[in-house]
Amino acid sequence: MDVLVFIVSGTLAAATALIFAAMGELVAEKSGVLNLGIEGMMATGAAMGFVAVSLSGSYTVGFVAAAVLGCLLSLVHAVLTLVFRADQTASGLAIGILGLGLSSAIGKSYEGRTVAGLPELNLGPLSDIPVIGEMFFQQDIMVYLSIALIFATWYVLTRTKLGLVIRAIGESPENAHALGLKVRLIRAGCVGFGGAMAGIGGAYMSTAYTPLWAEGMIAGRGWIVVALTVFGTWIVPRVAFGAYLFGSMSLLELSIQAFGWNIPSQAMSVLPYVVTIIMLAVISRNLAFIRLNSPASLGAVLKIS
Amino acid sequence: MSRLVIESRPERTVWAPIQVSLLAVLLTCLGGSVLFMIYGVPPLKGLDAIFIDPLRTSYGVGEILLKMAPLLLIAQGLAIGFRAQIWNIGAEGQLIVGAIAATALAIQFQGTTSPLLLPAMIIAGMMGGMVWAGIAALLRAQFNANEILVTFMLTSVALQLLYYLVAGPMRDPSGFNFPQSIRFDAAAKFPILIEGTRVNASLFIGLVASLIAVIFVQRSLVSYKMSVGGIAPAAATYAGYSSKKAIWLALLISGGAAGMAGVGEVSGPLGMLQRNISPGYGYAGIIVAVLGGLHPIGIIFASALMALVYVGGDFALLSLGVPNAVTGIFQGMLLTFYLACSFLLTSRIRWIKPDALKQEAPAD
Amino acid sequence: MVETPLLRLRGVTKAYPAVLANDAVDLDVMPGEIHAVLGENGAGKSTLMKIIYGSVRPDAGTVEWRGEQVDIQSPLKARDLGIGMVFQHFSLFETLTAAENISLAVPGTIADLSTRIRAASAQFGLDVEPDSRVQAMTVGERQRIEILRCILQEPKLIIMDEPTSVLPPQGIAKLFETLRRLASEGIGIIFISHKLDEIKALCDTATVMRGGRVVGVVDAKVEDARSLTRLMIGREIAAPSHSAERGDGHAVLEVAGLNHTPLDPFAPALKDISLTLRSGQITGIAGVSGNGQDALTRALAGEIVQGSQDAGTIVLEGAELGADTPDQRRTKGLHFVPEERLGRGAVPIHTLSENTGLTTHHAGLVNWGMVKLGKRRALAQGTIEAMDVRCGGPDATAQSLSGGNLQKFIVGRELALRPKVLIASQPTWGVDVGAAAAIRQKLIDLRDEGAAILIVSEEIEEIFEICDTIQVMFRGQLSPPVQAQTASIDDVGLAMAGDFDALVLREAAHV
Repeated sequence: MDVLVFIVSGTLAAATALIFAAMGELVAEKSGVLNLGIEGMMATGAAMGFVAVSLSGSYTVGFVAAAVLGCLLSLVHAVLTLVFRADQTASGLAIGILGLGLSSAIGKSYEGRTVAGLPELNLGPLSDIPVIGEMFFQQDIMVYLSIALIFATWYVLTRTKLGLVIRAIGESPENAHALGLKVRLIRAGCVGFGGAMAGIGGAYMSTAYTPLWAEGMIAGRGWIVVALTVFGTWIVPRVAFGAYLFGSMSLLELSIQAFGWNIPSQAMSVLPYVVTIIMLAVISRNLAFIRLNSPASLGAVLKIS
Repeated sequence: MSRLVIESRPERTVWAPIQVSLLAVLLTCLGGSVLFMIYGVPPLKGLDAIFIDPLRTSYGVGEILLKMAPLLLIAQGLAIGFRAQIWNIGAEGQLIVGAIAATALAIQFQGTTSPLLLPAMIIAGMMGGMVWAGIAALLRAQFNANEILVTFMLTSVALQLLYYLVAGPMRDPSGFNFPQSIRFDAAAKFPILIEGTRVNASLFIGLVASLIAVIFVQRSLVSYKMSVGGIAPAAATYAGYSSKKAIWLALLISGGAAGMAGVGEVSGPLGMLQRNISPGYGYAGIIVAVLGGLHPIGIIFASALMALVYVGGDFALLSLGVPNAVTGIFQGMLLTFYLACSFLLTSRIRWIKPDALKQEAPAD
Repeated sequence: MVETPLLRLRGVTKAYPAVLANDAVDLDVMPGEIHAVLGENGAGKSTLMKIIYGSVRPDAGTVEWRGEQVDIQSPLKARDLGIGMVFQHFSLFETLTAAENISLAVPGTIADLSTRIRAASAQFGLDVEPDSRVQAMTVGERQRIEILRCILQEPKLIIMDEPTSVLPPQGIAKLFETLRRLASEGIGIIFISHKLDEIKALCDTATVMRGGRVVGVVDAKVEDARSLTRLMIGREIAAPSHSAERGDGHAVLEVAGLNHTPLDPFAPALKDISLTLRSGQITGIAGVSGNGQDALTRALAGEIVQGSQDAGTIVLEGAELGADTPDQRRTKGLHFVPEERLGRGAVPIHTLSENTGLTTHHAGLVNWGMVKLGKRRALAQGTIEAMDVRCGGPDATAQSLSGGNLQKFIVGRELALRPKVLIASQPTWGVDVGAAAAIRQKLIDLRDEGAAILIVSEEIEEIFEICDTIQVMFRGQLSPPVQAQTASIDDVGLAMAGDFDALVLREAAHV
């Protein structure tokens, strides 16, 4: 039972940062904008969040600051791709690099420091339920918010007018523009939302999950987030499932260390990357399936005037 | 009622890409000034440290040329793929694997004085880079797996592989457990190109590669086909150009070039394999390729500029105490501003006066 | 003159860098009137409609809406005023349902809208199933959604941009019925077309445009086709001349039992296609687009490789083409002019010289893997001269050319290599009258030299004008061939709606 509790509660915590960033990226991609700079925005959010929490002592301030900076950075991507019609791939890489540089500059003097860590939310009797309570109800508030975000994203995308508009713009921004929909505004909103969520995801890593700031601590999670949208074929529950799958994988790394098995730590570290590559190959192989589910205009240069 | 209009350029010009690059540098300087002010450094002093200071001494120039070699090689390789919209962002990983492959030979033939060792290491390094990039090519061509994500993931794998090897199988047995290989023999190292500097013959290889790239891009049918595939995939399908061939070529060439750059590092300034063999040359190479307008000649200048930023960042750290994170921000700004300005490649801004309207007769 | 016009344009002018698209255009549309705007391609109709619909801003001139001057800044504003538009290329979203598509432009919940859609469907004779996805719909159904989307916004004015170009003849009659019902409710309709018989059958008044100017406002019922043509074109267009010389009529390309299932699950599969192209003959494939023409031309040109479920043979001069790629087929004399010019037939940002290389490198332009740039440029120059392409020379980019000139260039590029078989998809679509006539003449000349030609076209008139034999495509199937001289337009129209029998019976009666 203890093992199960460890796995479930650990997975929930480990996946939280991925969930935030992945839901944000999913919304941006649904509107037709690929943002490859997630890694940089998560790193910037991590540094900003950590610094803000250290200075203010308030987690609210920390997450808000991370979200704002992540959002601003992603809006640079929005301006480049939507106004200057830059290639989405090149632009995403550019702000990714910019974000990594920014994170290192912001966090420079906080390197290796720690903060208290986000406290568990006391859910009273729920937290006291044996096993179930330990698995699900002894988490910090961001874990619950990330789960709420999954439902909110799913609801908005599939059940609301706004979601319909986002999906329509993602399929054909030209048609949407002809209909009078505000393509640039909506896309910028989606990209900005994605940036804010990536910032929060990053901040969760540095202020709650680890909790410390070290340069390079995002360690490719931003790229795994991009891969998750392909893995989940742009469907909210599948993307969330993917995030939890990857969350459980990082847990594996911890447990192997804990059990003292004699496997090189590097072999465990490469696991998420290797699994990502294999999954990409397996999922992408079905061209018709990908074509049916991916936003048709994803990655294409905006052609409206 | 005159007004500003943005219209598409009817013809391509040689000058537009140069204008765009210069504009991007100018805007980066402006952005950099703000950055220096935040650090409490007078902007001109900061810019001087990064862009001018390294050029004052022969040491500085030597360091620039040293760093230019890997950037040049990597960017020339990447640009071939980028023109075809095949995005290899894992040159860093291919560099690492190339370095590992070359090091394997250097360790195996420790003590030899054979002049064939270095050429063999170069070939091994290029093969290493090609194999690493070839995995991404295979997955893209056969399984349609996105090469951007795969090449990135492979870089992370390569890094862990490097950490594992320098900590174990390739560690110098008499090196006090430091995570590094043996020091390479003279036969396993590049000759110094310019006396008194660390500039070695790998820069020469980079320049030769650039020359080949010029001919390849301007004249070869293969390059033409690949660029059609990048700009207008439907036209490439119509013409009958194989996209799989383009994927393989793009990744193998760029992987080989990055592997070569890896050899240049371990057989050059480092003289051994260690945990830090590249300060992000693989990623900076992406910037160099784009900043050079994906043109072989432009890339030569862009690689020099990027090397200057690297060295200048170190200078600024030493002389002004500005953290070298500045280097990364400068690189990111260069690329960001270049992309923002590059709409001028296909469009131009003009003032239109109302009385000019009627004079423009219909074309047909 | 008691009634205020619904819409009144005065002196509307719009200039683009290379062309004055609208030059002091006046237009009046009354409530309940079906007003034709007539003109050849490039006359400025589209720009004018975009100005009325708010997606393009005029440089000068005034727009009055129900007696008041307005500034239509955006399509949103146009819709607020009560102006709706049905686009020529549908602006529908494939992955959404009919009701969802409509809800993007009309307020209300999906359930609420579905009810209104059903009611309006019945009222105006527009069959649409609100819950089905657009992906699986025919062109006719898609157009009905577009019209419904427009109607449900309760517009006072509807702009119909070449609505009949995508419909089979029977569908056109049904559409006219709907439009008349709308007009009888007091809605003004602007009907854009270049087809004179339709305008005479449907419209009250016609504003004729040429070269960006209004050249006449006439009573459509009174004018005859000749006078309208002269007004629209400004000169007589010579009918293509046929020479007596022909090829020997032997089978050059033989297709037998071709089956193919495309990757796109909603594109029709090719079913048992058999087709013979003969020397000195032009075969025309008529049909509403989206019935498998795209897959057929791609299969013939070698762009799609046959999958495991596919079958059939394509034989050129006795040799099977098998898995030959398009460039291999070209070396054997099979050339293809695709429907899309920019982005498929030519690379937009490449020069004409570079674009020449797209399909001609095998013809001695490459030495040791290096392109002979001078020779390629000379070939481009030759094509420009032979086809009278108006452009800035071989170094002009493809995207700087007008549609007609680019099409002339692409056709000329393929002709320069003396094809044995030429397949051309919509060769004159969207091309101005002069260029269209020139292209048709070149195709006929090529036939007279003995080549076998296949034309895929949506325009029945074009098929009848230049083809020797006609086959009709419907839902991935190809009708047997009929002689163009003896076939009737009505029978071909029926076949376009799926009734191959009429075509075959009539043909049999002639033999």
